[in-house]
Amino acid sequence: MAEKKNDYASVMGRKAEIMLKSVGIDYSKFESGSIAFDYEKMMRETGYSLTEMQEIQYSVNVGNTPILELKNLTALARKVAPKGKGARIFIKDEACNPSGSFKARRAANSVYHAKRLGFKGVLTATSGNYGAAVASQAAIHGLKCIVVQECYDSHGVGQPEIVEKARKCEALGAEVVQLSVGPELFYKFLLLLEETGYFNASLYTPFGIAGVETLGYEISMQFREKYGKDPDVVVCTNAGGGNLTGTKRGLIKAGAKCQVIGASVDLSGLHMASDNAFNKKSFTTGHTGFGMPFSSWPDRSDVPRSAARPLRYMDRYVTIPQGCVFYMTECLATLEGLEKGPAGNTALAAAFSLAQELPEDHMIVVQETEYTGAGKHIQPQLSFAKDNGIKIFFGDPSEEVPGENIILPNNPALIKTKEVDLDHMRRSLIKQALEVYNVKEPTDLDVRFLAEETNRDEAFVREVIKELV
Amino acid sequence: MIEKNSWVRIRKVILTPEERAPQVPDDTKKVPLEMWTKGFLLEDAKIGDEVTVETVTGRRETGKLIEVNPAYNHSFGNFIPELLQIDKQVRQLLEGGE
Repeated sequence: MAEKKNDYASVMGRKAEIMLKSVGIDYSKFESGSIAFDYEKMMRETGYSLTEMQEIQYSVNVGNTPILELKNLTALARKVAPKGKGARIFIKDEACNPSGSFKARRAANSVYHAKRLGFKGVLTATSGNYGAAVASQAAIHGLKCIVVQECYDSHGVGQPEIVEKARKCEALGAEVVQLSVGPELFYKFLLLLEETGYFNASLYTPFGIAGVETLGYEISMQFREKYGKDPDVVVCTNAGGGNLTGTKRGLIKAGAKCQVIGASVDLSGLHMASDNAFNKKSFTTGHTGFGMPFSSWPDRSDVPRSAARPLRYMDRYVTIPQGCVFYMTECLATLEGLEKGPAGNTALAAAFSLAQELPEDHMIVVQETEYTGAGKHIQPQLSFAKDNGIKIFFGDPSEEVPGENIILPNNPALIKTKEVDLDHMRRSLIKQALEVYNVKEPTDLDVRFLAEETNRDEAFVREVIKELV
Repeated sequence: MIEKNSWVRIRKVILTPEERAPQVPDDTKKVPLEMWTKGFLLEDAKIGDEVTVETVTGRRETGKLIEVNPAYNHSFGNFIPELLQIDKQVRQLLEGGE
């Protein structure tokens, strides 16, 4: 047999074959041959039921995290809100999960599934908390684990937060393969899948996404038990879209009708694959650099069809400047006595602003927290920003320029979210769909599918298609 | 001399600038895609040598030997005094909490 070629183009050419072997899902079963695919069938046939997932997660100490009411932050919001406004703010303390974040839910399902299918190890491509989550679950199940991270710029300078995540993965027994900046991380990832024959514990498989459904379901059950009703608004930090998708699906399964709002840190203007810009980012996730492209085109992930499809599920999408998130993280420590890591605080800063739109008897919940520590705390994040020439000062955060400055609000009244035009993103998704599948005349099934994808009606989709063609 | 079986860190070029993906931005295309990983050294070697290691999953990787018993040097960074101003401001606004 001829030896396999390992240059970039040859390896990328073997992508479909490597994926089928390493994920164990034949995605072609759900395809229509055009734009449309059967999303719910994919979730049904390859995922787990809610009860099964709860059993899997609770058996490895994942889930059932507490809801904490942030009374002092609520009081602060009411100080600056219009009279009678300022909803009660809560957080779901997902940092209590074994690996320190909600990602344990996604990992619990993926690793359980890998074990059931007889894989000897799991591989995941992530610079985030998901790496530690997979490492933690692999340790519990006695599987080997490799985490592939984008970590350093070309000078070998690492993002402190990612360096800490590498340490945690290694502490939990994983091998960590670190790479410099660039989308070819996926190339190395494919090579490793081929070499090891491990399971691809992708963030975007049906089992991974469905793993977050328990989070949404728990929120509803916990609120009903303690406060007699569902919360009015759930805020999710949005990057790849899995957190929001899974949470909303869980809320739907509970019969909850709360509004779900996505929130991302505004990093507009910074190129995600740029070596120069890499260390000018003070957030490694939960930012617009992931949130925008993954919402307007979910199928850019490491699986053929992503189970994370946030535009289907978000009622609103807001951005928040970096300075506001840092400010709110400090408020959480000094007013609530809680030190928590960066990601969930994006949604928290957004919730602080959104709460001021709602009456005082309403309840708004931030659905995650994460662990903090060296590298991941606002102290090293801001210190690293200063080292990279980012100016930090007090002022009006709406004037912040990502990569140049971080503007801490002069006053908490200046913490304001900015609305993302969802219809613009919906149009972008429809445009991408027509381009990617090279379709000039979408079928009725395609139109229905795109209506579901964009959470709008078929008339809207037809109108957009007419504008585009 | 670094002894066989020592825990070490290696660095390796995965793709040279010419081999990089077409969609990579210009500044990134000027530099190689590099990899760092850790493992047990299979033969005695010196810093800077091309070596082979066995990783914790039992895989073999080759690369340039750069560190023995690689340390975690990330920290809490330099102190950021602005955080104290935030504390003072919000505590004053709430006048000692609810």
